[in-house]
Amino acid sequence: MDDFILRALAAGCGLAAFMGPLGVFVVWRRMAYFGDTLSHSALLGVAVGVILGIDATIGVVATGVAVALLLLALRHNRALAEDTLLGLLAHGALSLGLVALAFLGAVRVDLMSYLFGDILSVGAGEIAWIYGGGAAALGVLTWLWRPFLALTVHEELARVEGVNAFRTQAAFMVLMALVVALAMKIVGILLVTALLILPAAAARQFARTPEAMALGAAVAGCVAVAGGLAGSLAWDLPAGPAIVVAASILFVLAVPFRPAAARSKLLRKT
Amino acid sequence: MRAEPESTDELVAARALTVRAGGHDMLSSVDLAVHEREIVTVIGPNGAGKTTLLRALLGLVAPTSGTVARRKRLAVGYVPQHVAIDRTLPLTVRRFLTLSPRARASHLAATLAETGTEKLAERAFQDLSGGEQKRVLLARALLADPDLLALDEPTASVDLPGQAAFYRLIRDIRDRRGCGILLVSHDLHLVMAATDRVVCLNHHVCCSGTPEAVSRNPEYLALFGVQPAEAVAVYAHGHGHDHAHDLASDTPGKTAHG
Repeated sequence: MDDFILRALAAGCGLAAFMGPLGVFVVWRRMAYFGDTLSHSALLGVAVGVILGIDATIGVVATGVAVALLLLALRHNRALAEDTLLGLLAHGALSLGLVALAFLGAVRVDLMSYLFGDILSVGAGEIAWIYGGGAAALGVLTWLWRPFLALTVHEELARVEGVNAFRTQAAFMVLMALVVALAMKIVGILLVTALLILPAAAARQFARTPEAMALGAAVAGCVAVAGGLAGSLAWDLPAGPAIVVAASILFVLAVPFRPAAARSKLLRKT
Repeated sequence: MRAEPESTDELVAARALTVRAGGHDMLSSVDLAVHEREIVTVIGPNGAGKTTLLRALLGLVAPTSGTVARRKRLAVGYVPQHVAIDRTLPLTVRRFLTLSPRARASHLAATLAETGTEKLAERAFQDLSGGEQKRVLLARALLADPDLLALDEPTASVDLPGQAAFYRLIRDIRDRRGCGILLVSHDLHLVMAATDRVVCLNHHVCCSGTPEAVSRNPEYLALFGVQPAEAVAVYAHGHGHDHAHDLASDTPGKTAHG
């Protein structure tokens, strides 16, 4: 097998392993559109990186955090509905990023690779970013797991019980921004959210505990990456979209399996 | 704003508490305290600010003016009005109960028995009926070994016999554990039997006192009517209720005006 395929597999599986546990929260908290907004802002982050002459990953993380904070501030204001705000920020940031890159001279940036990913060209440096950043993200998520789960179940109940809601949610937003920055190279800005929610939704059908669902989402994500890469090799398909198609197929295959909790309910009634 | 409660057996106290939301006063200069071993019930029409008062006392809403004082290291058990958990989150009742950082797993079996929820432990939380859910929420609140138990409309989705049983359970919990209890409710008659003190709220405190005294108070009668059957008609009137009757509040009877 060629080296570039092995590198792509290593990068993709490393990414899926920490996108799974984060993705389950995106599904539970119905934050898919928030994920989209963050990833759309990534292009602006790339432009910021070019302007400031810093690494694109850092530019994307910083922009993502700024957009998340802006969203928090605007949401607090309650002048507009949440989905309107998200749409405004998502498309505003995406367009602003495109315009900024056009001003900088598009030749310096390969737009298609940012929008749809370029997993087959990942290098050792990017793999190091993914595993280093991924390990850090998983560490923080493990530390935050219990308070964040409590907040997801009922925010006010958790706050009365002593959970620091603001700190926990802010940390989660930074993690999301980091994931978007790392995943951008693999599946591209437009498909990042798919890789967060599809493996988590597929894992739901089999999981009996929140932790099992997170683990299942990580595994399903790795399977989708491997399947997508195989399809990409066999039929010369664009790798990022092929991975998302593979994740969609996994989800569709999982649908006939009744969710574990509903199954136990059915048994009880007979 | 936080201050120390004035008397030693006060668990939580609001003084001249005002909370503004959306340009009008949800709460206007409210005084209310809950003491040890005391069951206080806040009643009032829908939209009267009952939940806002509860949330302010728990520190979930900041006062616009006035103070809320909670005793130092006060352990609060909170039973919120609605808990809607996304169906995609696989969560058994057992797991739900132990989510709190303060939950003592060693007390789980005893608390399940105390609230009659032993048979629910392995069920999915989302599959519970309204009444089952309220008992499970009560169990979670008790697992924190609370000094103060705060319940927001605890019987809103419970049938009538279930409501009576729930209020008996709450009284038993007070007798057994000696905690203070703050109830928010708009169903009056069952609450009346299970409470030490009633506070009638309509953005401001209309009247307060023993259940017997409040039920004879003209302001209470103006808000809720004489017969329970009339209560529905009175709710509709609740929002437009003006403050002119404040002048008439020096009425005979054992009520203390807020």
